[in-house]
Amino acid sequence: MLSFIARRLGLLIPTFFGITLLTFALIRLIPGDPVEVMMGERRVDPEMHAQAMERLGLNKPLPVQYLDYVGKLAKGDLGESLRTRESVWSEFLTLFPATLELAFAALLFAGIVGLLAGVIAALKRGSLFDHGVMGISLAGYSMPIFWWGLILIMFFSVSLGWTPVSGRIDLLYDIEPKTGFMLIDTLLSDEEGAFKDAVMHLILPAIVLGTIPLAVIARMTRSSMLEVLREDYIRTARAKGLSPARVVFVHGLRNALIPVLTVFGLQVGTLLAGAVLTETIFSWPGIGKWLIEAIGARDYPVVQNGILLIACLVILVNFVVDILYGLANPRIRHQR
Amino acid sequence: MTSPIPKSVTPASPVDQSLLYPSPYKEFWHAFAQNKGAVMGLAFMCLVVFCALFAPWVAPHDPSEQYRDFLLTPPVWLEGGTWQFILGTDELGRDLLSRLIQGARLSLLIGLSSVVMSLIPGILLGLLAGFFPNFIGPSIMRLMDVMLALPSLLLAVAIVAILGPGLINTVIAIAIVSLPSYVRLTRAAVMGELNRDYVTAARLAGASLPRLMFVTVLPNCMAPLIVQATLSFSSAILDAAALGFLGLGVQPPTPEWGTMLASARDYIERAWWVVSLPGLTILLSVLAINLMGDGLRDALDPKLKNAA
Amino acid sequence: MRLLPLRAALAAVILGAAGNLAAKPLVVCTEASPEGFDIVQYTTAVTADASAETVFNRLVDFKPGTTDIQPALAERWDISADGLTYTFHLREGVKFHTTDYFTPTRDFNADDVLWSLRRQLDPQHPWHDKNSVGYPYFESMAFKDLLKSVDKTDDHTVVITLTRPEAPFLRDMAMAFTSIYSAEYGDQLLKAGKTGDLNSKPIGTGAFIFQRYNKDAQVRFKANPDYFRGKPPADTLVFAIATDSNVRLQKLRANECQVALYPKPDDVPSIKTDPRLKVAEIEALVTGYIAMNTEHKYLSDVRVRKAINMAFDRQTHVDQLFGKGNALVGVNPYPPTMIGYNSDNQNPPHDLAKARELLKQAGVPEGTVITLFTRNGGGPTNPNPRLSAEMLQADLAKIGLKLDIRVMEWAEMLRRAKKGEADLVSTGWAGDNGDPDNFLSPLLSCDAAKTGENYARWCNSKFQELITRAREVIDNDERARLYAEALKVYDDDQPWISMAHPKMFTAMRDNVEGYVINPLTNNNFATTKVK
Repeated sequence: MLSFIARRLGLLIPTFFGITLLTFALIRLIPGDPVEVMMGERRVDPEMHAQAMERLGLNKPLPVQYLDYVGKLAKGDLGESLRTRESVWSEFLTLFPATLELAFAALLFAGIVGLLAGVIAALKRGSLFDHGVMGISLAGYSMPIFWWGLILIMFFSVSLGWTPVSGRIDLLYDIEPKTGFMLIDTLLSDEEGAFKDAVMHLILPAIVLGTIPLAVIARMTRSSMLEVLREDYIRTARAKGLSPARVVFVHGLRNALIPVLTVFGLQVGTLLAGAVLTETIFSWPGIGKWLIEAIGARDYPVVQNGILLIACLVILVNFVVDILYGLANPRIRHQR
Repeated sequence: MTSPIPKSVTPASPVDQSLLYPSPYKEFWHAFAQNKGAVMGLAFMCLVVFCALFAPWVAPHDPSEQYRDFLLTPPVWLEGGTWQFILGTDELGRDLLSRLIQGARLSLLIGLSSVVMSLIPGILLGLLAGFFPNFIGPSIMRLMDVMLALPSLLLAVAIVAILGPGLINTVIAIAIVSLPSYVRLTRAAVMGELNRDYVTAARLAGASLPRLMFVTVLPNCMAPLIVQATLSFSSAILDAAALGFLGLGVQPPTPEWGTMLASARDYIERAWWVVSLPGLTILLSVLAINLMGDGLRDALDPKLKNAA
Repeated sequence: MRLLPLRAALAAVILGAAGNLAAKPLVVCTEASPEGFDIVQYTTAVTADASAETVFNRLVDFKPGTTDIQPALAERWDISADGLTYTFHLREGVKFHTTDYFTPTRDFNADDVLWSLRRQLDPQHPWHDKNSVGYPYFESMAFKDLLKSVDKTDDHTVVITLTRPEAPFLRDMAMAFTSIYSAEYGDQLLKAGKTGDLNSKPIGTGAFIFQRYNKDAQVRFKANPDYFRGKPPADTLVFAIATDSNVRLQKLRANECQVALYPKPDDVPSIKTDPRLKVAEIEALVTGYIAMNTEHKYLSDVRVRKAINMAFDRQTHVDQLFGKGNALVGVNPYPPTMIGYNSDNQNPPHDLAKARELLKQAGVPEGTVITLFTRNGGGPTNPNPRLSAEMLQADLAKIGLKLDIRVMEWAEMLRRAKKGEADLVSTGWAGDNGDPDNFLSPLLSCDAAKTGENYARWCNSKFQELITRAREVIDNDERARLYAEALKVYDDDQPWISMAHPKMFTAMRDNVEGYVINPLTNNNFATTKVK
């Protein structure tokens, strides 16, 4: 087991370096530099421009800049945003909880509804419910997520007025961002009704973001469940006279969930990508919006390190899922 | 002692048994047609392809023509609509139906070109990774891991920022972003096939490396690749729409469905049809492709079919 | 809408519980996040609104709603006869903010003015190098060359000596980058080694005291009870960041914010008809234009430029882009409210036949391609650059010119346009101080043609001579005459396609009073209250 983990860990290191190289190269390839962006249409004094580039360390040859960058990374220094002069790490920590909260809510929604729908669809195979679930989940990952968000806003927020239009919480409340998670912060604060307000703001974005994972999880659960239910050991369990519920949930579901687990982990990547669009539509102040704007402003440290942090997160989640999968399925553990 | 000869006599010449079985294509079609959803998807896609091919003749108006007296007319079934513009007009007075039909061309073009652009290098890299598992293989796979670790939309945005917005650059960005999944898939399939007897036999017979790769192994790996290709086709359309929505994709006046949605966002309260209809078109097309993809997968791989 | 009564009830419960019904916060929906609060480092209007207009004051200010100067931290001033020496007599008894991170031990005095200006001027000042990118406005307005020295003669008198007479100087001193900081606070931060705090925890003399910035979400201020112009009526001021104009409007309708900045011109009619809302409008000092690269083939010929100007259907363009009545059709480089506006200048009549004729004369073959660079997002001078471009394309096609629209990201467009790659560049400019020189020098001078911001790369010696003289002369009437003459030269040569002078709008709830909309597009809420 340990050697399995060690082998997996070993693979992480070159991947990590690969990511730093890729993000560095990518952002530097984009034409234009941050000083120009900042000056906009105004006159850029060439002397001032040169001075600024020197202070930012941007006039050195690219390989030197890369080595500087990696060197700083090794010390844990993620640099400062060129726009706000705030440390990239602290900006990330400020904004990430918002995205995390949203992603978590979306996964919760997708997981619970998806698992239930998938299991029931598998049990009632061929029925109207089954076809309905398959149809809806297919529609779910066929639709453009931003359009879906706009439609839901048009319907639920503007026409019916059931949910708020945007943001994380009503502006009447002054909530101190102690943890960054609005749900926790509102509970910690002493403002009445703030928690309920935060929940209302979270509902629609979570549904929009969770639609694709919901579809994928539902389908995966159904097909995995169907495969497991054909297995001999299920037939044995039934033959033994165990109640259907026990057969399904104790014997069937546990094994069916294994491939669903991998899917779950892979959805982290989708969620972070989908977060960009959802955050844009709902004015949710998270890292998706932060990164897109940083690319536009050529804020090199933010783009390089922001993407690096997200990539590390995705790799970490995949790593954990790999390990869990290995734990659950001994065949994988002992593979080459 | 001879037994009496039965009345029904077998003919003198032997019958070629393979003629009695349906051809693989017929068998495939039969399996495919069993899936009603897949057939409906195919029918819809045929409509889309027809529109794409014959757009200039099918569309009632020129998609770029601005009817400055008919700005934001509603569709014909709403108050204020006219049969002249069945689905209404947009903010510049252009006929929505014609733009949607023209947009079919673009979406199909984007889907097709990005799939081809990532399929070919993807297969090549996957084959290389599978056939050389000692050094080249792991290096290629690490590179793919790196690419997969970055959220695809951000990667696409960065690539488009480098190359500049536009149709071709959008296709390139989407192709690059979808590359890793083809490589992984091909490699997994290749590694599965490499241990088989027929490959060993071909090697022993002295087949050269290219022949081994492309003639012996590859055709047997095609099934999952075809399925993945259809799925990629649909995600390419969605990704192009997302990039268009962020203002980075296809540029005006080209009527790409996602770009139409981006400018329509401003009219969400006044003219909902400018928002809903392009989105609906994207949904239906992608749905149709996915249904076809499902049907393909079921028909090509019976093992999967029984499970699903 | 069902939401409204519920929200109103909720609001009433909370505010009732808070005990003080007059303490309603004023919530303003803004269109972007402020980059920081050390305003001298930034150029965007949104950052200025969140810092210079709330936390800081300057020596002089613009009178609300105009570009005239009124005293602020300086009570009165003297200008020497040669225009080189400005003596400012400072107001006494002005206090800096007290917060949980700073308590002032003295009132505002000349040391603070010296600190604020010398920081940007003097390379030896301990704070000069403390930020990474420099002082963009200070540099681009060439203050380094303009200011000879900044001194004090006593604790309440500051003397600024210039190297040459500069008519717009007093107006420049009302701009955000001359905001006055607390020297004491600066020293405190320097000693503690926390110079970065200047950007995240600002201290000033302004109407509002900084409380908290929730990144990308909201900025919170509370009223300054010691403000020298009187405590603002709004006890709490909140800037809610909503990048999408639809979202701002929706929030306004739901009374989540009481003021919504930059509504889309298209939405203005529906806002006007809504009884709960109202719109403030002004002819702002902004201009949207397309510069024609006079160094490129065909476009160097004034006949070709005239032909293009004749083919462009300006009125329809303005009506469709901004909505009827929401913008003035552009003629001169700057709007009519500034001195020197030459009303004799007219746009050429919309005449396609004549345009074709001119093109033939200039030898332009049918189907010539010209490129147009434009940005891919809207801004105050042009809400929909793509739409603009498409309309021009349709118009030029009618005279046999093919317009190749190249939409690019703003940063890239600026760079390439400054290098002179484009035939046409679609862009805009917002005035900073109400002085014509502020439009003409950066956009049409020979210097600017060399460095690139003069996208038309137009260098006309007569024009240049006129505007240089107008800059130095102090007498207003003389200046107006000079500018009018300069504009005639401009009109004869037509380096631009003038598009529009859009009106600026601010949408607000019906019960908001005391908000004055400004021609310079800055927003100040020191006198605004919710009834």
